[in-house]
Amino acid sequence: MNFTPEMLASMAKVEAAREANIALEPRRMTAEEKDALLKAYHPDYRQDGFDIIKVGGNAGQKAPKELLALLEANSRLTQVTANLDKIDYDVDVLVIGGGGAGSSAAIEAHNAGANVMIVTKLRIGDANTMMAEGGIQAADKENDSPAQHYLDVMGGGHYTNRPELVAKLVTEGPGAVKWLNELGVEFDKDENGNMITTHGGGTSRKRMHAAADYSGAEIMRTLRDEVLNLGIPVVDFTAAIELIKDENGRCAGAVLMNMETKQILVARAKAVILATGGAGRMHYQGFPTSNHYGATADGLILAYRAGAKLLYQDTLQYHPTGAAFPNQIYGALVTEKVRSLGAKVINRDGVAFVHPLETRDVEAAAVIRECDDRKLGVEAPNGQAVWLDTPMIDMIHGAGTLEKRLPAMLRMYMKYDIDMRKVPILIYPTLHYQNGGIEIDVNDETCVPGLFVAGEAVGGIHGRNRLMGNSLLDIIVFGRNAGKATARAVKDVHLGKLTLKHVDEYAKALADAGIHSDIVSPKLLPDYARRV
Amino acid sequence: MVNVYLMGKKYEVPEGLTIMGAMEYAGYQLVRGCGCRNGFCGACATIYRIKGERELKVALACQTTVQENMYVATLPFFPLEKQVYDINEIKPDAQVMMQLYPEIYSCIGCNACTNSCSQGLDVMQYIAAAQRGDFKACAEMSFDCVMCGICSSRCPAGISHPQVALLARRLNGKYIAPEAKHLTKRVKEIEDGLCKEAMEAIMAKPVEELKELYNTRSIEK
Repeated sequence: MNFTPEMLASMAKVEAAREANIALEPRRMTAEEKDALLKAYHPDYRQDGFDIIKVGGNAGQKAPKELLALLEANSRLTQVTANLDKIDYDVDVLVIGGGGAGSSAAIEAHNAGANVMIVTKLRIGDANTMMAEGGIQAADKENDSPAQHYLDVMGGGHYTNRPELVAKLVTEGPGAVKWLNELGVEFDKDENGNMITTHGGGTSRKRMHAAADYSGAEIMRTLRDEVLNLGIPVVDFTAAIELIKDENGRCAGAVLMNMETKQILVARAKAVILATGGAGRMHYQGFPTSNHYGATADGLILAYRAGAKLLYQDTLQYHPTGAAFPNQIYGALVTEKVRSLGAKVINRDGVAFVHPLETRDVEAAAVIRECDDRKLGVEAPNGQAVWLDTPMIDMIHGAGTLEKRLPAMLRMYMKYDIDMRKVPILIYPTLHYQNGGIEIDVNDETCVPGLFVAGEAVGGIHGRNRLMGNSLLDIIVFGRNAGKATARAVKDVHLGKLTLKHVDEYAKALADAGIHSDIVSPKLLPDYARRV
Repeated sequence: MVNVYLMGKKYEVPEGLTIMGAMEYAGYQLVRGCGCRNGFCGACATIYRIKGERELKVALACQTTVQENMYVATLPFFPLEKQVYDINEIKPDAQVMMQLYPEIYSCIGCNACTNSCSQGLDVMQYIAAAQRGDFKACAEMSFDCVMCGICSSRCPAGISHPQVALLARRLNGKYIAPEAKHLTKRVKEIEDGLCKEAMEAIMAKPVEELKELYNTRSIEK
């Protein structure tokens, strides 16, 4: 790879300082220092990135401008017609989204006896779950406990998390890992079967379980295989474009659109689980993203129009270590596990300017300050970036460690002839996770009866900042939870006449507020095609 | 600028783009053949040949930079054969492969699968391990598989290698790898309600007290 002369000169300083930097334990910031840093440098605090929601259950609150544009956009039903008298699919439980949360939900709903179907706009497994690298937290070691995990989650989320959701997350964590292991997920273990666990940013115990750095991929391909083994129907390349309610206000299905033929279909269901994932492809504030192609906040739009409420829609996670060079992988995730294994974050002059395992928001803000304010980064194709000193890993743990524990990272860089065992890599924060989402109760249900949510589309579990390894955990815990809850709920449900009245009412509310839009939502896919 | 041929049609695109980036630069709005865009999902399996060269090469479109005179064909779907089984009923012995994927014993040793792996895995060797019933070895050798299916597209014996490997990994993860006893123990403790009291106590604490606990908590070395 063609490093610039400036990069090579800086790299030499990083190398010269490496042994001293390995020995150094950078000081952790105090609570006050963290607060000040976040307010000054975290993108969530940039006023010009947000506007005020004017219509609906969250009117008066902030939302990212890009999300607000979709909340204020027209329904796709202004362009196409759905015939609610012709039911194409009739099921107990409709799961929208084929990632880890949707698949877990479908498996549990099926196992509890419900007739369940998955629809997904791409393929089952095309999801952020597949791309999660670092691991899954669970308090299963002797020196750990769910209460200890709870403390880490609440502190990491700045005490804004919904306590009852956090309690569920951490208490059911070990059970979730056991469930996955019994489905055949290959966790990293020692010869006695003990889980090999590491720290993540902001954890007080080593409780990060992993499957090398393919943790999410290993979980996702196993769940997908199980969905197929159980014979659960998966309607792929089919997006939900609106939710349907019945005349009593219960969520009762969705209008679907074939992504290729554009055919409109109607699915009726006694309960709906939204498992539509995150929003990285919205590129909030112009950030690159580590997310999969379909991460466009669809579920938030559908749910909001149907009357559900959002929670912390104004807080996003910028992963501190997105790839900044080479340009082909700009924004791609460099897993936090690189830092868990000892690599430190280093500036242009070879200085370790921040503890490598601060929480993600703090770590990202520190990188942004180093590059954008102090100008102590190295010039990369999209602005300044700092080093992640990956050769430290084999120096600390012995040769071969990086290759064994981080095969995907090594492969990603080797494709560009960068051997991260020998040279450090350049990083800058990348849009990684939607901290907020749709508000739910402990049964995953929204304030709209029959509408459940699981996975990244949920808000409140992680408060205003999520810790590494708690997303893979939450999709399993709350995915399974939604599957079980819906299977219970549908037993007593008798649907009334189907309606899309809520879509018209929301459109009228927008018009009454003087809002007019030229676009439609949900977005479904980002628009990357060059106009030619 | 470089000249690339997308499904045989010539486009001029800037140097340094990935194949996927080149398709979007050319004006394609992708629906098929695009997933994680980061080398994990296998949606963008691609076969290419540099004009005038004999060798057919394979790649993930999101992970590969375009070259001059590259002829690109995407493989957005390949019909792998997945057998249905009950993970709780099957056993990790050689019989199970015989029953579910007998075609692996028709392997002619041509090594086309290995030569075509977008992840650079030794596919033929992991199939050989599956033939012997050595599921641990099969699981380890196949671990980085993204199930793009290119190997199967080149196999004269009609083997669905990624599905064979997935079965081996699930058998290994569930039955062969030793049990995590600390996990079993903790799950039992939680089920028996032994963690409940501590959880209720910490949930009952006012935020100021929780902050104090958090800021002074010990961090495992």
